[in-house]
Amino acid sequence: MSTSRTATATSRILALLLLAAWMAPAGSQEAQIRLGTPISEEQLSALDLIAAPDGSGMPPGAGTARQGREVYELNCLRCHNVNGEGESGNTVIAGGDMQSEESPLRTVGSYWPHASTLFDFIRRAMPADIPKSLTDEEVYQVTAYVLFLNGIVGEDQSINSETLTAIVMPNGNGFVDQSHLH
Amino acid sequence: MKELQWEKAAGNGLLNRRHLLQLGLTGLGAAGAGAVFGQDAGSILQVPEWSRMPGASASAYGEPSRFAGNFQRMAGTPDPIYPGGGASRSPLQFLQGTITPNALHFERHHAGIPDIDPAEHMLVINGLVRQPLVFSYENLLKYQMVSRINFLECSGNSGALLRGGSADGTAQSLHGLLSCAEWTGIPLSVLLDEAGVLPEARWVAAVGADAASMGRSVPIDKALDDVLVALYQNGEPIQPGQGYPVRLFCPGWEGNISVKWLTQLKLMREPAQFRDETSKYTDTMPDRSSLQFTFPMGVKSLITSPSGQMSLPRPGIYQVTGVAWSGRGAIRRVEVSADGGATWADAMMQSEPMDKALARFTIPWEWSGGPAVLQSRATDSAGNVQPIRDEVLAARGTISFYHNNCIQSWGVDDAGAISNVYV
Ligand code: HEC
Repeated sequence: MSTSRTATATSRILALLLLAAWMAPAGSQEAQIRLGTPISEEQLSALDLIAAPDGSGMPPGAGTARQGREVYELNCLRCHNVNGEGESGNTVIAGGDMQSEESPLRTVGSYWPHASTLFDFIRRAMPADIPKSLTDEEVYQVTAYVLFLNGIVGEDQSINSETLTAIVMPNGNGFVDQSHLH
Repeated sequence: MKELQWEKAAGNGLLNRRHLLQLGLTGLGAAGAGAVFGQDAGSILQVPEWSRMPGASASAYGEPSRFAGNFQRMAGTPDPIYPGGGASRSPLQFLQGTITPNALHFERHHAGIPDIDPAEHMLVINGLVRQPLVFSYENLLKYQMVSRINFLECSGNSGALLRGGSADGTAQSLHGLLSCAEWTGIPLSVLLDEAGVLPEARWVAAVGADAASMGRSVPIDKALDDVLVALYQNGEPIQPGQGYPVRLFCPGWEGNISVKWLTQLKLMREPAQFRDETSKYTDTMPDRSSLQFTFPMGVKSLITSPSGQMSLPRPGIYQVTGVAWSGRGAIRRVEVSADGGATWADAMMQSEPMDKALARFTIPWEWSGGPAVLQSRATDSAGNVQPIRDEVLAARGTISFYHNNCIQSWGVDDAGAISNVYV
């Protein structure tokens, strides 16, 4: 412990000296530090988990809801209950109707604008107690199952990067982009 | 009677702010303190006990005085099905000035606080760049840094006021997802420039190294403007709960987009449409359309003392104080009302207001012992004026609860008890 701390301290001092050296030549305002190490997208393939609506970042693989049922029972049921009925607002992942008279229940099926978000989120963040423990194949399967619970795909429909990103979600047109207002 | 000479500034006892300089004001500060001296005014004052013996030695990392009161964040109870998830709120009613101590800065985590060894932490820039790059923490520390004082507010802050129901609470429980610190780091534009942003890149998807790999998409113009890759908070390395070793910091914008434990920045044509920018942090309107990517936090203010669940011990003159902020500029003006918004008086700013930072205001108020409703209303440098709650409800309905910047009303009853009220 203490040796590594000393080592860090030493390398920080070295860093300062290095910085001083960079800044040294008087009048050269172009002495911009560039310390990023070049890397290839291939080297980042295991780290970059962003799966976007245009299909970028979606890994190979496919699955159906029928296969996903077992994945769900083993990995999701304990928090999201039978049929995705959930425990509380945060864990209800099926049902709801944006046009309901009372305040709408907003879930994957009723609210989410993009199907890609489901794959992206499950792969990065679920199951909440052991995130990133599923294979890509299992993520496709359980994604299909959650879509099936919401009546969005059939039980035997194959879900892969192409079929997933082609899905038009029920509330797909329900959002208004405010990003220009700043 | 001396009180008669105080100049009134607005109804129900608000006094001209210049009297602040002359008055010995009763502030309702930290709990506990205030047991007046044990002597009669006429007796001879004695040298206290602690001046007669040596005190404790210097320490490695300081702690507040045991007499300072209950300076604690308010954290929710852990939920076994949401491991590490939840929030803690800053004790706004006990703080003064504008800077939140690091250990009291509010927190919101989606999967707990990761225990990151900076020697193994990486920050990657990839996607639509000329050359993908990876930065070590050691190397990030070598860059030229800048420091900025900025508030951070969770977009869910004050949401309870829109959800209906009674929302009884304190400044902390109702509005404590708000803090302000000096953030020091590398302008994101410097690192993006090093990777070489391609012209078609319009968004930067930022991802954290927590168990949720929480992600948010930032528009490129903001990313190239004032966003920091922050490494220090109020002078010390960012605390783990705030994103150690490195976080994104997007001044003025909803807190969630300042991704903590920053590990990846991916340049993209379109937003990544992460779960926390679609399912959450979006606002559904009465017509059932939903607003997405609502970034700047609206102009807002809040009286922190006297405030919810405090009580005024006796009629007399009190110091009303609070904080104001805007995601669209600096605070230009804060007005205070003691009669529920019927009349207003200008408060005094305690220090020079800064862009996208907390500003503290103060004004003297003479409580008659009758009912009162204390409110504050902020105006920012862009001319935006803080709305009343009914305006927010009329425009946005009751489905959404994020991005609420409405005026807070603290009701004072005949006995001096203070609570959140809707007027
Ligand atoms: C240990 C409990 C737990 C387990 C197991 C779990 N989840 Fe979750 N899940 C949560 C919690 C808690 C949230 C809300 C997280 C938040 O708000 O940050 C959540 C959120 C979600 C959401 C987003 C809900 C929304 O509307 O935003 C989806 C989808 C989801 N989980 C799917 C799954 C799937 C699929 C599995 C199994 C592979 C799974 N979860 C396993 C606890 C769990």
